[in-house]
Amino acid sequence: MNVLQQLLNGVFLGSVYALFAVGYTLVFGVLDVLNLAHSAVFTAAAVFAFGLIAYHQVPIWAAAPLAIVVAGLLGVVIELATLRPLRRRGAPGIAPLISTIGLALALVALIEQSRSHGLLRFVWREGANSVRFPPGTVPDRTWHLGSIALPEDKVAILVVSLALTAMLWFVVQRTQAGRAMRAVAENPTAARLLGIDVDRVVLLTVVASSALAGLAGVLYGAAIGDISPYIGRDQVELRGLAVIVLGGVGSITGSILAGYLLGVIELLALLTLGTNVRAAVAFAALFLMLVVRPQGLLGRRVRDRV
Amino acid sequence: MGFFTDLFTNPSAWYHAHELLLGQMGVNALLAISIWVTLYAGQLTLANVGFMAIGGYTTVILAIHAHTPLLVNALAGCALAGLVALVIGLPVLRLRGLFLAIATIGFGEALRFGVILNLGITGKGQGLNNPAADPAAIWPVWASVAVLVYAGARVTRSRTGLAWASIREDELAAASHAVGPTGYKLGAFVLGAVIAAWAGALDSHTNFFIDPTEYAFNRAVFVLILAVVGGMATVWGPLVGAMLLTALPEIVRPAASQRDVLYGLLLILIVIFRPEGIVKRRRGRAHPPGDAEVAAGHDVHDDA
Repeated sequence: MNVLQQLLNGVFLGSVYALFAVGYTLVFGVLDVLNLAHSAVFTAAAVFAFGLIAYHQVPIWAAAPLAIVVAGLLGVVIELATLRPLRRRGAPGIAPLISTIGLALALVALIEQSRSHGLLRFVWREGANSVRFPPGTVPDRTWHLGSIALPEDKVAILVVSLALTAMLWFVVQRTQAGRAMRAVAENPTAARLLGIDVDRVVLLTVVASSALAGLAGVLYGAAIGDISPYIGRDQVELRGLAVIVLGGVGSITGSILAGYLLGVIELLALLTLGTNVRAAVAFAALFLMLVVRPQGLLGRRVRDRV
Repeated sequence: MGFFTDLFTNPSAWYHAHELLLGQMGVNALLAISIWVTLYAGQLTLANVGFMAIGGYTTVILAIHAHTPLLVNALAGCALAGLVALVIGLPVLRLRGLFLAIATIGFGEALRFGVILNLGITGKGQGLNNPAADPAAIWPVWASVAVLVYAGARVTRSRTGLAWASIREDELAAASHAVGPTGYKLGAFVLGAVIAAWAGALDSHTNFFIDPTEYAFNRAVFVLILAVVGGMATVWGPLVGAMLLTALPEIVRPAASQRDVLYGLLLILIVIFRPEGIVKRRRGRAHPPGDAEVAAGHDVHDDA
């Protein structure tokens, strides 16, 4: 397989990483919280979309938005159950890390136990198995450009991912809601004094972030790989961390760039060094980046608060 | 509640039925104590499972190739882990709060995917059979737990323990009172690594087989959960947390199938309603505020 094709495949893969990481970094940037339930939302949305399509014959153009709505609702749960009570108390940064791990653990366990009799059997009856969307769910034609293959489904996820990340950038940088988010990120106390409803801004941020994670999950299932209760944990959770650190925490453009970059580097590593090295690339990059340049590729220098 | 009736009516049968569980409880207690050491100094590091892997693999590899006894193998594993911790500790410990956590996650997974899966001597993804395995060898585990709990209780009252607590509460203030944070932080990190490697060595000794999946990120998270649920104000916290959470699915049988749902909800409830964990510090100690939840990352939300 030629290098150019592999680069392109890396970009397709990276579009999912970028979409996932952009929400991750948004919450980290605004709240200074590492939301480890983010990957469970990714999983839940993919699973939900699969259930609608496979058991209820819902077409993907309807299933995907519904899955994103479910992801957004999970965002509400994340904020109300695991973030807000801790913020009220002024708990330190480790506390929400742990409460969101708890939520992720419970959610994934519920999905993995759901067979034809589980609590979630309406949307998931496969237990811990890996499944694919039924054939014909997504377009499976392939365009050819010289020797380069452009599968229609992968091109579609790239376009959707680019559009949504651009939209997020616009919202954060150019709208009143985005301005409020940036104000809260800069200094929650000052934002509150200036009449910003901090709780509402945070809720909005977490919901938007979760919706993006949900979309990333659906796109992953549509064009990249199998769906199982573990895709969030195994495919994107830690890679997402690598991406947001590489891009500079809180930097939306940085994490988008780093997402595509990681996709490309991973597939080049796969091509030249083999499968095992591919998985190590993200973590080695993450580790080196934090040691050498903690502010990331595009991030501002991390404020030294001690 | 057969678990408890058997314990009192037929202890010997109970012991044999639950040998594996007792071993796991001990190993988990060691791991929880290893992460507690760094948390006590205010550093949230998640590299312990990586150091555990170093201890486990060193033990099994030496047992296969050098036929040396467990004590030698385990000490070699601890030495190697301590050395690695020393090398990565200096650059990594400059990071604060969540960034430190992320970097140490990166270390653990890079070790697993980058080193263990690619070195011939570790059996790559296939894992290794342990020729010297002894599943009944749980007394060394519990002897180590006893020693560490004693040492942990002592250290919290020593100068070192006070220095760790002061760095946790306010690193800048500690530094301005001639407590050099770097040395104490590095000390806690290396000590935690050595304890984790020791746990890994003893754990691998009771297993006929080890493979890289045992040292994955989820296990690192699980170890953190043990310490947090137990409480981080004293060394008893991680011990109680490890024993309770390891035994819980065994005690409440119907809960076994819902273990992770239960753990997940428990975790949320604990963090919200009892942030200091199950074991609190007794009142009236001469120590800094008993608020153990300030363990790590307290710099992150200081402006909220």
